Amino acid sequence: MKSLSGIPARLLLRKVPKGAEVYLAVAGAVLLVTVISLTFLAPYIAPYNPIIEVGPALQPPSSQYPLGTDHLGRDVYSRVLYGAIVALEVSAISVLLSSIVGTVLGLFSGYSGGKMDRVFSMVMDSVYAFPGLILAIAIAAMMGPGLVNMSIAIAVVYIPTYFRMIRGQVLQTREQLYVEAARALGAKNSTILFRYIFANIMPSLVVVLSLNVADAILTEAGLSYLGLGIPPPTPDWGFDLSKGKSYLPGGYWWMITFPGIMILIVVLGFSLLGEGLNEILSPRLRER
Amino acid sequence: MWGLGQMPPLLNVQELVVQYSTLRGEVRAVNDVSFSLETAATLGLVGESACGKSTLGFSILRIVPPPGRTVAGKIELQGVNLLNLPLEEMRRIRGGQVSMIFQDPMTSLNPLMRIRDHFIELFQTHDPSIKKEDALGRTTKLFDALGIAGDRIEDYPHQFSGGMRQRVMIGLALALDPKLVIADEPTTSLDVIVEAQVLELLKLLKEKHRLTLILITHNIGIVAEMTDRVAVMYAGQIVEIGPTGDMFGDPLHPYTKGLLESAPNVLHPEQSMRPIPGNPPDLVSPPAGCKFHPRCPKVFKPCPLREPLPISQGSRLVACHLYD
Amino acid sequence: MIFILLSIIFLVLRVMPGDPVLAMLGDKAPMSQIQEMRHRLGIDRPLYVQFFDYLFNLLRGNLGNSLIWGRRPIAVEILEHFPATLELTIGSMIVMLLVGVFTGAQSAYRRDSPTDYGLRTFGILIYSIPIFWFGMVLQLIFGVYLKWLPIAGRIDPFLTPRGITGLYTIDSLLAGNILSFVSTIQHLILPSLTLGLVLSGIFTRLTRVNMLDILRQDFVAAARARGLKETTVLYKYALRNAFIPILTMIGLQFALLLAGAVLTETTFSWPGMGSYLIERISYRDFPAIQGAVVFFAALVAAVSVAVDMIYAYLDPRIRY
Repeated sequence: MKSLSGIPARLLLRKVPKGAEVYLAVAGAVLLVTVISLTFLAPYIAPYNPIIEVGPALQPPSSQYPLGTDHLGRDVYSRVLYGAIVALEVSAISVLLSSIVGTVLGLFSGYSGGKMDRVFSMVMDSVYAFPGLILAIAIAAMMGPGLVNMSIAIAVVYIPTYFRMIRGQVLQTREQLYVEAARALGAKNSTILFRYIFANIMPSLVVVLSLNVADAILTEAGLSYLGLGIPPPTPDWGFDLSKGKSYLPGGYWWMITFPGIMILIVVLGFSLLGEGLNEILSPRLRER
Repeated sequence: MWGLGQMPPLLNVQELVVQYSTLRGEVRAVNDVSFSLETAATLGLVGESACGKSTLGFSILRIVPPPGRTVAGKIELQGVNLLNLPLEEMRRIRGGQVSMIFQDPMTSLNPLMRIRDHFIELFQTHDPSIKKEDALGRTTKLFDALGIAGDRIEDYPHQFSGGMRQRVMIGLALALDPKLVIADEPTTSLDVIVEAQVLELLKLLKEKHRLTLILITHNIGIVAEMTDRVAVMYAGQIVEIGPTGDMFGDPLHPYTKGLLESAPNVLHPEQSMRPIPGNPPDLVSPPAGCKFHPRCPKVFKPCPLREPLPISQGSRLVACHLYD
Repeated sequence: MIFILLSIIFLVLRVMPGDPVLAMLGDKAPMSQIQEMRHRLGIDRPLYVQFFDYLFNLLRGNLGNSLIWGRRPIAVEILEHFPATLELTIGSMIVMLLVGVFTGAQSAYRRDSPTDYGLRTFGILIYSIPIFWFGMVLQLIFGVYLKWLPIAGRIDPFLTPRGITGLYTIDSLLAGNILSFVSTIQHLILPSLTLGLVLSGIFTRLTRVNMLDILRQDFVAAARARGLKETTVLYKYALRNAFIPILTMIGLQFALLLAGAVLTETTFSWPGMGSYLIERISYRDFPAIQGAVVFFAALVAAVSVAVDMIYAYLDPRIRY
């Protein structure tokens, strides 16, 4: 079919129906629900205890050990299932921490303005510009291993994200005339706070939270991979990957494949959800 | 039937339909438009914003931006239907036989390219055998004709003033001696003094090169000054078309009348500007029958029921039930 | 701004809970030994004194000495490891830009088509892959099973070129040593692909957004109206203009590139800054850790300045 306007026909044919973004978000949500339920069900559906030796070491996947065994004879499948717990715990805690701290600081800084605001902003911008993982590595290295320490290390990296978002929204909202009007009518600061600022930020906040969790899981896996995370024998995907690496040249592929796929699935779930929501909630670029 | 003389028209548009898909549905930006244009004539195309006049202009060059597309009709340039041409040939026609002057000179030039390179590129695209020095020479001559100082030839677009940039646009449009020039709101983003200069230049070049010009604008004053014939568009359709003098002296269609009355009149400032009440129609679900009837002061029985067809009234064509 | 970064690094490394001395000596060590180590490290002095000392030394380019193995100056050690990271970063950037910009441009040009959605989803997908895992998968496929490419190190140890720059690619070319050059490239492929492909996901989106913005502009339509070829319009008009904001993005994403490099280096046993940092952490070489982190900060700041300068050069609106 030829096009009658100047743009090559192939660009006008075969349009995807509007609302395709919804599929993205839904796909993400489905992945997540699956994974999260696995997390809670792990103790019930895992065939073996993940931290003890249950069979011969380095066995490929078989009917007895569906994903094989690792170098210490532990069942990979069980470890993979339980690994979700750590991943989600750490990322949930760190995102919660960073969002709360970042929001509070952002509100405070945006509202007070002046020198305080400038100082805070400069600090936050500097941290934001710095490679996140490296900062987390530095903090985790100094604090030592452990779930709480890791969560704090990761949380610090993301505080500026929330700070900037909230502060920006505060500054923007302060300028709005309707806020002036509301104030003139005697509305309390807290009302203004909650009603206008949060209402405006809610859609972006949800998107950022989702994408943040995705990023946090990757960072957590990275830290564990580098040996800075949860100490053994707790099942952790990143940690298992680092151990599996040594056995790679020997062709023992099952030790790394499955934990890695799990990380990918969870991160993908949160990313798709975040991106999908982003497309749905924000107006698309207008055509001419 | 349409034109004034016996020569076959340079441009003949028939039953042209251009559609856009939007989030809410299909919009007919150009809805069954037909007209023709003689060589060396100037046609004014007027109407409110979003009446389809710019889209009509783009469709002649086949550069309607997606999600718009031309779905029906014929556009004949000297007998050849442009809509059936393969894209390669259409490309040669663009800039060569038919060219366009865009509205906003600020954003119509590539900010990363020097002005002279715009011209050299144009020459080289349409004639790959041309040597750079020759292209440069032609560019310099053009600059003279346009009234741009030669020492500015190395400059970038942002270094030119608005008026100069529009001259550049005119230059680019006329560089290859086109038969038809479409000017889409060429002076809308210029201030009044510069506007006058640009219009003078356009008039000069038009007469010198016997250009056929389609002048798209919402400014009645420019139409009165520059055009032989005028077509008035509303909601994607031509509601009245005819010689400029006749149209302005004795407007037939109520919309045309409304347009003229809503324009400020310097000579008779005591005649207050009377805007047309209401808003342009929603093209996703337009009014039934005549699309202007909700705002028409002369509306009567047949108006909401049937769409009026163009009727010949002397030298003009009007689409209005008043003249059925 | 770098000052702030340096201060933050100082704070993190000195003030954070967790006593490095105890970590180094073990908590069963006698008090005297602990005191002595504290004194040696200078951390028994008041904080503000330590801080000024730190800054003063930094300005002189003195990053201190390593705590182990003959106490070499850390600055020297870092400079030894830096070219490896630089080479990896450049290789990855090439992959990242080629893949990201191209897919982004195609995505924008074919807006709303299945290609567009496909490429965008691919971008999200690939960015969700853990870098180190992707590296291992590539190692498994191309190194262990297919045996096409090496999976560790920068080069065949026997072929190390005598170097001036430390960048083996350049050095081997300068020395006319083709074998070295080939070996370097062979070793560079998998790590660059790993880091570059994963990070390209961001660039797909960035390019797409910028391109969409540019494609809407009048000068693109005007170019088409003059009969210019579609490829010319796409590349000379649209992409070139979109490239400028993309360039600033590269500057901002450089931090991501560095972070990813740390993971890539440990996976491929690549002897760069990342490996150095991790190794020093395992040895509890506290001054070295600080030195490495400081160096990373300086690197990010330097790149950001460089990007600004290049930007000013490329955009004629700033130059004239």
